[in-house]
Amino acid sequence: MFSRLLLCALLCLFVGSCKREQRQFSQPPSAFKSYDVTMSDIHPGTPGTQQPTQNPSDQRAFDANEGKRLFTQYNCSGCHFNGGGGIGPPLMDAIWIYGDQPENIYSTIVEGRPNGMPSFRQKIPDSQVQQLVAYVRSMSGQLRKDVMPSRNDTMNARRSEQRTERKTPQQSTAPPY
Amino acid sequence: MIKLTTTSRRILQCLLALCFSSCSGIQNSINPAGPQADSLSRLWWLMFIVCSIVFVLVMVALLLALRKRTPHSDVTPVLEPPADQERRKRNVVISAVTITVIILFVFLIASFSAGRSMTAELANKNGLSIELNGHQWWWEVKYQDVDASNIFTTANEIHIPVGVPVTFSLRAADVIHSFWVPNLSGKKDLIPGKINTIWLQADKPGVYRGQCAEYCGLQHAKMALWVVAEPQEQFNAWRQNQTQTSMPPLSDSQKRGQQVFLSSTCVMCHAVNGTPAGSNIGPNLTHVASRNMIGAATMTNTREHLAQWIRDSQSVKPGNRMPQHNFNEADLQSLLDYLQNLK
Amino acid sequence: MSDERAKQPPEISTSTISDEELAEVMEREKGELERTWARPRGLHGWLIDTDHKAIALRYIVTAFVFFVLGGIEAALMRIQLARPENHFLSPDKYNQIFTVHGTTMMFLFAVPIMTAFGIYFLPLMIGARDVAFPRLNLYGYYVYLIGGILLYAGFLLNTGPDAGWFAYVPLSGPAYSPGKRVDIWAQMITFTEISALVGAVIVIGTTFKMRAPGMTLNRLPLFVWAQLVTAFMVIFAMPAVMLASSFLASDRLIDTHFFNPAEGGDAILYQHLFWFFGHPEVYIIFIPALGFISPIIITFTRRKIFGHLALVLSLISTGFIGFGLWVHHMFATPIPQMGQSFFTGASMMIAIPSGVQIFCWIATLWGGKLNFKTPLLFVLGFFAIFILGGLTGVMLASVPLDLQIHDTFFVVAHLHYVLIGGSVFPLFGAFYYWFPKWTGRMLSEWAGRLNFWLMFIGFNLVFFPMHQLGLHGMPRRVYTYLPETGWGMLNLIASIGAFILAAGVLVFIVNAVWALRVGAVAGDDPWAAESLEWAVSSPPPHYNFHNIPVVHGRYPLWQAPEDAPVVRGLSTTKRETLVTSVLDAQPELRFEIPGPSIWPLMVALATGVTFIVGIFTPWAFLVGAILAGGALTAWFFGDPNYENRPGHDTEEKSETVVPPGELQPKEV
Repeated sequence: MFSRLLLCALLCLFVGSCKREQRQFSQPPSAFKSYDVTMSDIHPGTPGTQQPTQNPSDQRAFDANEGKRLFTQYNCSGCHFNGGGGIGPPLMDAIWIYGDQPENIYSTIVEGRPNGMPSFRQKIPDSQVQQLVAYVRSMSGQLRKDVMPSRNDTMNARRSEQRTERKTPQQSTAPPY
Repeated sequence: MIKLTTTSRRILQCLLALCFSSCSGIQNSINPAGPQADSLSRLWWLMFIVCSIVFVLVMVALLLALRKRTPHSDVTPVLEPPADQERRKRNVVISAVTITVIILFVFLIASFSAGRSMTAELANKNGLSIELNGHQWWWEVKYQDVDASNIFTTANEIHIPVGVPVTFSLRAADVIHSFWVPNLSGKKDLIPGKINTIWLQADKPGVYRGQCAEYCGLQHAKMALWVVAEPQEQFNAWRQNQTQTSMPPLSDSQKRGQQVFLSSTCVMCHAVNGTPAGSNIGPNLTHVASRNMIGAATMTNTREHLAQWIRDSQSVKPGNRMPQHNFNEADLQSLLDYLQNLK
Repeated sequence: MSDERAKQPPEISTSTISDEELAEVMEREKGELERTWARPRGLHGWLIDTDHKAIALRYIVTAFVFFVLGGIEAALMRIQLARPENHFLSPDKYNQIFTVHGTTMMFLFAVPIMTAFGIYFLPLMIGARDVAFPRLNLYGYYVYLIGGILLYAGFLLNTGPDAGWFAYVPLSGPAYSPGKRVDIWAQMITFTEISALVGAVIVIGTTFKMRAPGMTLNRLPLFVWAQLVTAFMVIFAMPAVMLASSFLASDRLIDTHFFNPAEGGDAILYQHLFWFFGHPEVYIIFIPALGFISPIIITFTRRKIFGHLALVLSLISTGFIGFGLWVHHMFATPIPQMGQSFFTGASMMIAIPSGVQIFCWIATLWGGKLNFKTPLLFVLGFFAIFILGGLTGVMLASVPLDLQIHDTFFVVAHLHYVLIGGSVFPLFGAFYYWFPKWTGRMLSEWAGRLNFWLMFIGFNLVFFPMHQLGLHGMPRRVYTYLPETGWGMLNLIASIGAFILAAGVLVFIVNAVWALRVGAVAGDDPWAAESLEWAVSSPPPHYNFHNIPVVHGRYPLWQAPEDAPVVRGLSTTKRETLVTSVLDAQPELRFEIPGPSIWPLMVALATGVTFIVGIFTPWAFLVGAILAGGALTAWFFGDPNYENRPGHDTEEKSETVVPPGELQPKEV
């Protein structure tokens, strides 16, 4: 009886762990579609409401970690360094030029952006873009703490994503929707 | 009681016979093809024979000890056994312990001298020098040379000339792996942050299969490699070919295949010398068609297997780093034509 | 006051008393003892009960449940490996299953069950009424239970660890094991190591200070020696794994770099820390089993053991040498060969004390009055299997040969031969031997034989072919293999054997359940054995001994004179036992043993909160420390005596004044 009570308590603690530990090896259908970002802040009436899409990889620690691996291997770090930016804008801060929602980041990666962001259409499969999106958002602490990656086995330039404070995203241009 | 015990021992003996039956095989430590494996195999047989004799003797002693039967009614405990019997037993036990110590010393010396033969050639600079970098879950192989134009990188298949010592410098790119070719030598771990060294030599031409022997994640089971030992001239020809840049595409289909390669995900991970593809995340494909196996010695390098690997490697090796692709049929066939041309 | 009384040893008087008066006094004392030592009632009572026998039986049942779970995991693995390229288990599931199998067997089954036997039998064999620290004992059990539940809750929620039971970095590190799987493993280690340390402290305290008068160290039973040596090994070995798992947990949770080569850490540091624990760990599992074999052989050959001193010295030297072997798990790393050879020497040397023990036991069996009951059968099985395992161990000790067979199925075969042959077979023998003492019922003899033969044949079918598989190139921890390797036939034989072995264990479970209901009544001493636990009823009374006996030799029940003296003067209205000196067991003082209490459970829950929530946030350690500190304060500052709890009748009953040393009471 005692052990059953304890088991229940532990189960409650682990709510969400099933999703966190999921590993999806076969390519799932893409969670996003690419579309243009709104460039103007003038609207008839009121601006449309945002219908953000959830990124399933946001709940999976394996995917966030894969995103971290791909970030280095696909040389995103070549321009964005470890999130601090340099040639490209920083990704670990609160400022987003083209939107902070998963589908915005997906667009950025797949379409490319002016002034130097390459387009990775057909170069990075959708499932991996999804993982990269999750990782990019984790750099500013947007994911749940137990999902975000911990430190990597290289020289560490900053705190790991897991220990990053969650930043409130701010848009530097028009709202993304 | 004793009859049953004998029967079970007979079963054990049958199994031992099964043991002796297969001393062949290309991934077999007791089928040595080089001096290290030979020395280890001899050490194995010495220890096996001596230990078997010891085991049989102790079991015989145990069975003999059990043979005396006392009527069940006699339950008086014996607190003072006859002194001469006890003295005799003591002498036997002391002799047995002494023999044990002597046997262990023999093993120690045999082991130490076998170990010396494993390390003796490490400083040899006349042999071949290969740098092995373990990845999850494939082997990056880099042939070193003092002449930089002879340096080249390949993956998962190592050719060595017969009778020449080969020194491997072992590194790991991610987690701990272990390089093990049982027919040729023992294993050595590839540990991130450290450089380990092993040398081996093949005295007979042939193909020897090796496998990663340190649990390294999801596909540890399918991280294998081939070592092809061939006569010096054949090896030189192979090496010469590997240092060349990639074969240019000749037919239209192959040209189209190269375009498919360069315009899709392939170029993000694989390098083909002589083309803009220069990524070293995945195995180098410059001479992929010259290899016998694909997927780290998982499947033979045939057109169907290549197609299956490209389309859906996750069904062959779930969890490996290569994503699935859904090329249309025409693109896939062209791509295969291109890849099969990369000899 | 009781302090002054405690300092005086009990007096021996020579006055006489009539039989009827004596019987009346004994009867009254028995009633008072039963009231004083009574088990508390109800669910609350079950939670606070500190009787060492109750706690030990809980350990045994819990550990056996984990054994069966580990066995199920093994069966699943064998099904997957029965054919090449089998799709029964995905690689991810297989990796979790083999990790949880190893972790369960090593941490949740083997060590706790050996501790449990010590906790149950030590007071009985040395003539004490309880262990030295009963409430700590209860705490150890709860911490173990929480750790086991943590692991299995994780496993059932797809969060089971998947980096192997020894979880090498960097694979188990933060970069290559995302999620919380390995964190659960690392924190579970903390629970089981606290539990083992608690058990070790209790064993040492009890054995050294609570022996009956006359039980000098020279007369200590071999079972007790084995538990003592194991306890010291636990105290020296467990801190190493504590460091290894804590460093791993902190690398994963708070970005330390203990094992990050790029920032000055070292992956091999983990291996050293783990194996400095890991090698003694297998001796911690093995040495208590050696302590089971000696009493079984003595009882079933009806003679004193041959070479008692040699056996004791072998146990101690195995314990010492066991700490000098750990690098033999690391022969494939870049450690220089000269250093590695030292460990070859030590690993071969440890065969010598094991050999001494085997020869002494064979000498005992030789010409003895053999009684082939099931416990002896299992001991004979131990000989056959463990010796083979020990010999393959000597092969693995050699550096160059190890480089061929390290991390292959040869090692899997070796480790199962020594652990199952060396520990599980004696354990089953011990079950059959001591089940009557725990429950008062005999296990069925013919079912015992069936159990033995199924296990023996099944075991050899599973693990013998693995030697050949290892030599033929099959590495460990592979979820499948290619058909071209030719390993299919031997794997199939092994898989069939696994089910035969499982059938043997099933026969045991059925036997135990059956015997509990309708087994033959055992009586005090069904085997006519020689040690003190057989002098009390089966099951023993809560207070173990009405009068603590005075011991005259190594085999108390065989050597007790007609009018053997007993210890008189211990209170029957307080939980008291006798504390004696370390070497010669001279009585020193009477000791009031703390009684049942809720605080061990509270501290265990606080420990649980600390380390379980610590998987998710480091703040848990602060909060948990405060909770545990509060609970510990309540534990220590409260009145330890259960009799003084509020509402209990504390009227002091009159002490009996029967002079000690006179006539034997009817029951001990």
